[in-house]
Amino acid sequence: MRVGVLALQGAVHAHLGALQRIGVDSCPLRRPGDLDAVDAVVIPGGESTTMSMLLASSELLEPLRRFVADGMPIFGTCAGMIVLASEIEDGRDDQVALGAIDITVQRNGYGRQLQSFETDVALPETGTFHAIFIRAPRVIRVGGGVEVLAHHRGDPVLLRQGSVLVASFHPELTNDPSIHELFVNSVLRAGMAG
Amino acid sequence: MSSESSATFPVKRGLAEMLSGGVIMDVVTAEQAKIAEDAGAVAVMALERVPADIRRDGGVARMSDPDMIDGIIEAVSIPVMAKARIGHFVEAQILQSLGVDFVDESEVLTPADETHHIDKFAFEVPFVCGATNLGEALRRISEGAAMIRSKGEAGTGNIVEAVRHLRSILGDIRKVGQADSAELFDWAKRLQAPLPLVQEIAQAGRLPVPLFCAGGIATPADAAMAMQLGAEAVFVGSGIFKSDDPAPRARAIVEATTHFNDPAVLAKVSRGLGAPMTGIGMDEINQRYAERGW
Repeated sequence: MRVGVLALQGAVHAHLGALQRIGVDSCPLRRPGDLDAVDAVVIPGGESTTMSMLLASSELLEPLRRFVADGMPIFGTCAGMIVLASEIEDGRDDQVALGAIDITVQRNGYGRQLQSFETDVALPETGTFHAIFIRAPRVIRVGGGVEVLAHHRGDPVLLRQGSVLVASFHPELTNDPSIHELFVNSVLRAGMAG
Repeated sequence: MSSESSATFPVKRGLAEMLSGGVIMDVVTAEQAKIAEDAGAVAVMALERVPADIRRDGGVARMSDPDMIDGIIEAVSIPVMAKARIGHFVEAQILQSLGVDFVDESEVLTPADETHHIDKFAFEVPFVCGATNLGEALRRISEGAAMIRSKGEAGTGNIVEAVRHLRSILGDIRKVGQADSAELFDWAKRLQAPLPLVQEIAQAGRLPVPLFCAGGIATPADAAMAMQLGAEAVFVGSGIFKSDDPAPRARAIVEATTHFNDPAVLAKVSRGLGAPMTGIGMDEINQRYAERGW
């Protein structure tokens, strides 16, 4: 199994490091053909408007849409969650929403950097996870068929629909591997089912 | 369980991580900020005059007018940074109260204190500081900086000083990584930096905060060179809005920063951009901003 981390902009190395620490083979994705060589994709945190433009200019948008349509496993954190959402509030009009998971997110929904924070959130099975929220998107609508795996102050912050996992915070910035493991285990299960 | 902590060091450094691989552009008006956002900037730096104009006009360069910073915050949805003078903690307090996302304690402005930098741990807003060498970078980190940028020589459109500073910082990190535990004491002394930070770098092989490049980037090739040398992102000051056609150049520098290792993409985005800023040689300038900071 090989996991590609979209490497157009953002916390790419943090995700590559997190995957490496749990023994998963990973690589950066920058060119259209790169997607053919991976079984799963991580879209990191960063600036979603920048990533959106670079997806188009790097000719990765169509391959990524096909990847989503094929039901391949994808994990998006923060900006990555925005890119994977079906609707975006307070985004740019030309911003990409892949519609991989049926949620509406409000960009910078928790405020600017001065309102950014860290806190513990409760995870099913594995206990608490220390979560860092940076100018984070807020999930303001959850469609049917979307599982909410964790909340913070009433807002969903970790969600899953089929093979798509999204977090409004940054599991790649802490040393706790449990959310990356959650993703990788779902990839392995999908592989065995297929 | 649901207790929240804001303004912690991980939260400050976290935003720096999110800007990695991106381009932060100097802007002096809300219109320029929109152009920067449209071109794919990850953040804008709000300031009154770009460094090339500060260099030309001379005089004392200070924090920008809060009205102008408010206007830029209003105009764009990406993070907004602003500059305070070295040591001018009150300018930094004002910028924090305006809600900027990062303060740049910058040598491009005229220093307010010739001995002390700002105690950056005393603030909720994260800080970026310039450095010409590893010792300077570690002193700024020990004062609480959440991001370091190599200084280069702002307002020149000349990459030579940025290259010198990046090579110095990254070269010394590689050397520290080869040192044995006894030699690290000597490194700390020579770098005039706290021993625990020197030991941390020896272990990790990198700074504990992201290292970006600033000061002299004028072309897509300049940005890609900084990235290939090991910078994690770039600041472009005068290079965009002092060029003939800012919007396409800004866009091209964004593409080049992402595809810094792909010469075919770099060739494609370097075409037809019009004239870059003229630029000046280091022997033609009478004030080196990089020498400010201690």
